[in-house]
Amino acid sequence: MNEALALVALAVSLTAAVARWRYAPDWAVAAAAAVIVVAAGALSFHGARTSLGRLGPTVGFLAALLVLADGCRRAGLFDALGALMAFGSRRRPRRLLGMVFTVAAGTTAVLSLDATIVLLTPIVFATAARLRVSPRPHVYACSHLANSASLLLPVSNLTNLLAFAACGVSFTRFAALMALPWLVAIAAEWVVLSRVFADDLRQPAAPAEGDLATEHRPRLPRFALTVVALTLVGFGVSSIVGVAPVWFATAGAVALTLYRWPDSLTGLISAAEPTFLVFVLALGVVVTAAGEHGLSSVVDSLIPHGSSLPALLAVAAVSAVVANLVNNLPATLIIVAVVSASAPGAVLAMLIGVNVGPNLTYVGSLATLLWRRIVHAHDEDVDTGEFLKLGALTVPGSLVAATVGLWLALQVV
Amino acid sequence: MRVLIWITESSWAACVDQARALVPADAEVMLVHVAASDVEYLAGHPGPGRLGRRRPPPPGPPVREIAEAEAMALLEQARERLGRAADLEARRGRIEREVLEAAEGCDLLILCRDGEPRREPKSIGHYARFVVDHAGCPVLLLWSEPPPGIEQMHWPPHLRR
Repeated sequence: MNEALALVALAVSLTAAVARWRYAPDWAVAAAAAVIVVAAGALSFHGARTSLGRLGPTVGFLAALLVLADGCRRAGLFDALGALMAFGSRRRPRRLLGMVFTVAAGTTAVLSLDATIVLLTPIVFATAARLRVSPRPHVYACSHLANSASLLLPVSNLTNLLAFAACGVSFTRFAALMALPWLVAIAAEWVVLSRVFADDLRQPAAPAEGDLATEHRPRLPRFALTVVALTLVGFGVSSIVGVAPVWFATAGAVALTLYRWPDSLTGLISAAEPTFLVFVLALGVVVTAAGEHGLSSVVDSLIPHGSSLPALLAVAAVSAVVANLVNNLPATLIIVAVVSASAPGAVLAMLIGVNVGPNLTYVGSLATLLWRRIVHAHDEDVDTGEFLKLGALTVPGSLVAATVGLWLALQVV
Repeated sequence: MRVLIWITESSWAACVDQARALVPADAEVMLVHVAASDVEYLAGHPGPGRLGRRRPPPPGPPVREIAEAEAMALLEQARERLGRAADLEARRGRIEREVLEAAEGCDLLILCRDGEPRREPKSIGHYARFVVDHAGCPVLLLWSEPPPGIEQMHWPPHLRR
């Protein structure tokens, strides 16, 4: 009975997230499901408290990072990056793609994939359009790199934060182990995207004169860059000085908020996406309940243990499949509970799977099919064919290459 | 005579320059540009819900506004270069379909090759290929840069001397 209840609660929470019912937002459904699971005894009160206590700091960390990225936007960092990409491109589409790769990979790694998707991608679109080059390769590059370039640091992706909290390696060791997989995944994207979009990247014989000034090197906002750099240094020394990285993120967020005060207090609060934070906490409780009632043992039997290359490849592949089935956040919550007991190699291989894998189906779940329906309902003439084709071309190669990179790094670092 | 010239970012200048010499003086000219709606959507909609996250809309002017303004500016630049009266049409949607629909009822469609600058099938990219294959009117297919000489052509085995 409890087993069925826990699994139904998980299914309903995930469905609410995907279906976006107007009168039953995902966070409210997940929170209700969590309360019901505990009230019915499928998860003990103590178990729920442990789960919340474990996720709380991670969710706080995420909120600080979201506010930090929004502060960077208010300080004009992303507009300046757009101008820098235009300047560096010299109106050549292929050079622009190189700039977009550099900026998107850096933004994703340091300020998280959300910053790339929400704040950088529209800037990249506008930059390409104003340079009068086809925006297609550049926008697709942003969209893909938001996932595949989110391997480097614990702060690059919420999945990394969850795994970082569970696997017990230091910030710098995490980065050292993931540096090679990160570079390899980006290189794989470059190889595929620059070929698939070769026609869009051809240099026109007579480039159009867009109204974008590209003669002078644009100035980057120094204060925001300094704050971000100091925050990164703080992350790096966190384990040496014995201060949790979340405090450095909080300090950076506070500094940028004081430097450029948001238009309204609601703006500041909504930048931290409180409803999403509630959703993560509630989902964590529901997943814990489902894990106690059989889900963990099923996952445990599916996932090989050990740090040999075949084991790591299998972990990455299973994680990518699960991430595409149920989306990468629940996939991480489910798998991390099982693999965190083994060496950090397995946790990091899981991250390669859940971070790179979602490029296969855009939303990183079978909800793609549902999404198509939603898009058509809004009269948008969009089809996901191109995205699915790109995913099929990039994901398998990236997964294997990045996991081999991780295996090599584990031998050395 | 009604002539449609399809303008793209990568080949508009070459296309207009050659069309100027080839289109009869009394022809009625229309310039069309198509903004790809899937790219616009990808840029303007921050993830169709990675787990239902209702992200706030991106700050700054909406992506569609930027796309429309830039398409119109490109069309006007093309008309200026063409040096004659022409109707301008900025469309958005699936590129191939929009061009074919715009060409319906025209007497001539002018477009540029959008692929490799070599004498081979790949010189026509997949958008232009679809349009050429399915157009209902005569099509004038231009090179965006002068093509290499016939001596540099790669002949298939059965045509080699």
